[in-house]
Amino acid sequence: MSTIFEKSHTGVMGVSLPACDVPETAIDALIPDALLRDAPPDLPEVSEPEAIRHFTGLSRLNYGVDTGFYPLGSCTMKYNPKINEDMARLPGFASLHPLQDVSQTRGMMKLMVALDEMLCAVTGMDRFTMQPAAGAHGELTGMMIMKAYHESRGETARTKVLVPDSAHGTNPSSAALCGYDVVTIPSDSRGNMDIEKLKAHTDDHTAGLMLTNPNTLGLFDENICEVADIVHRAGGLLYYDGANLNAIMGISRPADMGFDIMHLNLHKTFSTPHGGGGPGAGPVGVRRDLTSYLPGPLPVKNGETYGWETPEKSIGRIHSFHGNIGVAIRAYAYILSMGAAGLTQASETAVLNANYVMQKLKGIYPPAYDRPCMHECVLSAKRQKEQGASALDIAKGLLDCGFHPPTVYFPLIVKEAMMIEPTETESKETLDRFIEAMRELAEKAETDPEWFHDAPRTTPVGRADEVAAARNPVLRWKG
Amino acid sequence: MSSYIPIGERERGAMLGDLGLSGVDELFAQVPPALRLDGPLDLPDAMPEMALISHIRSLAEQNCDMDHCVSYLGAGVYDHFIPAAVDHILRRSEFYTAYTPYQPEISQGTLQAVFEYQSMICALTGMDVSNASLYDGATAYAEAALLACRATRRNSIAVSAGLHPHVREVLATYGRFCGFSIETLPLDNKQGTTIIEKLPEGTAAVLVSSPNFYGVIEDIAPLADRAHEAGALLAAGADPVSLALLKPPGECGADIVVGEGQALGNASSFGGPLLGFFAAREKYLRQMPGRIIGQTMDHSGRTAYVMTLQTREQHIRREKATSNICSNQALNALAAAVYMTLMGQEGLKRAANLCLQKSHYAYEQLLQISEISAPFSGPFFKEFVVSLPLAPTTVNEALWQRGIVGGYALPQGGPENGWLLAVTEKRTKAQIDSLADAVKEVLA
Amino acid sequence: MSTRKYSRDHEWVLPEGENRAKVGITEHAAKALGDIVFVELPQEGDSVNAGDALAVVESVKAASDVFTPVSGKVVAVNDSLENAPEQINQTPMEAWLAVIEISDAGELDALLDEEGYRAFCEQED
Repeated sequence: MSTIFEKSHTGVMGVSLPACDVPETAIDALIPDALLRDAPPDLPEVSEPEAIRHFTGLSRLNYGVDTGFYPLGSCTMKYNPKINEDMARLPGFASLHPLQDVSQTRGMMKLMVALDEMLCAVTGMDRFTMQPAAGAHGELTGMMIMKAYHESRGETARTKVLVPDSAHGTNPSSAALCGYDVVTIPSDSRGNMDIEKLKAHTDDHTAGLMLTNPNTLGLFDENICEVADIVHRAGGLLYYDGANLNAIMGISRPADMGFDIMHLNLHKTFSTPHGGGGPGAGPVGVRRDLTSYLPGPLPVKNGETYGWETPEKSIGRIHSFHGNIGVAIRAYAYILSMGAAGLTQASETAVLNANYVMQKLKGIYPPAYDRPCMHECVLSAKRQKEQGASALDIAKGLLDCGFHPPTVYFPLIVKEAMMIEPTETESKETLDRFIEAMRELAEKAETDPEWFHDAPRTTPVGRADEVAAARNPVLRWKG
Repeated sequence: MSSYIPIGERERGAMLGDLGLSGVDELFAQVPPALRLDGPLDLPDAMPEMALISHIRSLAEQNCDMDHCVSYLGAGVYDHFIPAAVDHILRRSEFYTAYTPYQPEISQGTLQAVFEYQSMICALTGMDVSNASLYDGATAYAEAALLACRATRRNSIAVSAGLHPHVREVLATYGRFCGFSIETLPLDNKQGTTIIEKLPEGTAAVLVSSPNFYGVIEDIAPLADRAHEAGALLAAGADPVSLALLKPPGECGADIVVGEGQALGNASSFGGPLLGFFAAREKYLRQMPGRIIGQTMDHSGRTAYVMTLQTREQHIRREKATSNICSNQALNALAAAVYMTLMGQEGLKRAANLCLQKSHYAYEQLLQISEISAPFSGPFFKEFVVSLPLAPTTVNEALWQRGIVGGYALPQGGPENGWLLAVTEKRTKAQIDSLADAVKEVLA
Repeated sequence: MSTRKYSRDHEWVLPEGENRAKVGITEHAAKALGDIVFVELPQEGDSVNAGDALAVVESVKAASDVFTPVSGKVVAVNDSLENAPEQINQTPMEAWLAVIEISDAGELDALLDEEGYRAFCEQED
């Protein structure tokens, strides 16, 4: 589809603006000429119907959860409830200014305080901040809290953060951004963190450990209590990456496992839309004795009044205002719609669906570890790779079957990895069709691997030349 | 069972049967019993949709939002006109329920829209490249500071006192934990613009914004010269609507341009989600944080858009990444792209001019009130500061009784009883006259 | 007989003159990386110790550190790789990344010679 710039033609506008109703002064009488533009900015000029047709046309080139199955491991692509969209758009929220006096924002304050309590109930933590705008932002915030905590105790020699070899890239990069050295701990043959290696690397230079549980292999770390104990005894803190919380809501809580700081991904576990890459939200929760380090200000309830309070040893602001409140409202509505029973059912069904898919496919795509999985499973396409079709090829083949492929090549420790997370919002019928498609692709890999090279064929574009895109980047439209 | 879960009793039974299990409980055998919750989570009971709507609506109705009262509050988030068509595009579920475009073949909608957004940001700012957006303006400034430190191998940042106080706080947080120190550049008391006397040795970047927090338009070019003389980068923050009229920082010597893009078609939403834009000179391309969309071709020669230069990013470089950022504010960037398309060159210029004319009209009306003075003489765009004879919070309380949300009461340390007012294209002459009358009454 | 030496990380070192050596990556490494899109080179004047990351070689999906097998000072970098990184794929044994002024010639002895490197590669596969 051509760009909006190519559709541009002078003399039209897509909006109707009022005439100026105050006495007008020449612009250069108000602002010195030297500070003014010489030429107008090169923005397109189209009418409203042309703009709508263009962007509607673009939307039709996209695949979304509303269009089909998205078994992306670690992303929890669950259904985005429509009522949440309406609620977040209520003018009482959408047109509210963050700096308005609390007397004008009472409903908003009530919602924020209630949401904090709800997130604490789900996770066992004692206080949450909504400021982090995404999971990675939450991780960075968590690392800052960890650092501030150790600094306040004079423990500046704690320079290392431990992560498992299966960790998501944001974990080490967030730790590194905070000046920590990252030490990678291998997984053992059952996919748990290797306890002996962990012990060997934990000492008084350890600031903490970052972990998600279940981990990125979709497995619950059977030794989590021992892991927590080892790190705590050495004086370190435990950070929980909440990306995989969808496996355990109502089943277990990170605080009970021993975690001290955590983030949640509202756009994963709590059904808020991914938006094509954002906005998400990564609220950070902590145990009681770390609450004084949270970014401020935090919304508080004092009797019948609401207000803002900055914790005593706050690490400071990490967002211009209060975080992605529009996203938080959607999560609030979701938690209220589901209730405790609903969230538990969600996790149970998510785990059931993942095990079902694994069971049906494990003969063809062996799982990385021979254990029941949680909400996601990691299978390997190494057999197919030997036959001539890699995990990437299978992924492209799936596109022609009308499915978004699973996550491929992550976690890094599994060869030809395919991480499948169905979520609870998929029907058995969809799962069965996906399983069938994966079976057919495996057969094709055996009988006709050449077929994959031109896949996908039925999508709006085929495989793109990413090498050219990286060697000679074209990052903007040039007339 | 929740209406969002398609697995009913029958399917559940069949699936458990296939797994050789008799109940869902057995699925959690790997969770140590000591960690299993023995009761339900402490949450309110599930609300059916009708009750949910009633409850949440009542919360919304306890807020007095800017659709229902006249607001002069700015200070980082603005009540600008958002054409109706923007939300209709945002509601297309192919856009909002889509994932990050890692599979470009089925994500061309998102990818092309963001490519167009990148192009428009470059056009507005006069820069070579833009990324796909960051969380907000404040973190965009922080990322600019980090880029400058990497590029110059220095670790001190000179920050104008004219930056938004919240931006300065975010910079302080990032500086403290991510390893850069901050020197503050003072403002000229009369003009309200940034003064650079001497840049400390080891300055990686100078951060200024125009208009600045006090609404004053700064002259970027001489500040850029001073920065470059010292071997530092110049990172300029900008108001994207003002860029329809003002000389873009790219033409004034800026190396990086950042800012808050909320004014471009995004709701205020109590301060989030926002839109951090980030643009830079070509030479800093590979140092840029965040996602970047590039244009290429598929094997049949069709134009295709892809996420490119991903090797800078966390999922590949891990601890050596340029940033830890994993997402952008895609839907907000889409809103901005749709807004800029609908407004176009001409519309954005007209809206900017309306802001300019109306803010100056409001300024004149208020200054006719004898007890009110203007602390800064520098030129302004849509925001300005006046000094009141009494605490602005008192004036705001009185205005609130009249259904008006007054300007921002400036914190201590700035102009005496400083009151920062924002006047956008949405304010009518009648509303502004009412404001002036109301203020006159209150001060009498 | 080539004086070229090899590291177990698939870098090659080609001594030149008195105390200098060119460093590059082997065909084995180039093949494993796939199409190279960008090379991040060190700066002239940088001091390096054997085993330090000297450069970064990027393909579309990966960024790999290139480690210097020898200690010393970087005295030259191959700027032509900026616009034509594909040279590494085309002629990996000629597309040098940097010239190092070696501080300890003894380090070369610890590296593999051509025979040894070939055997090492076979063993790895």
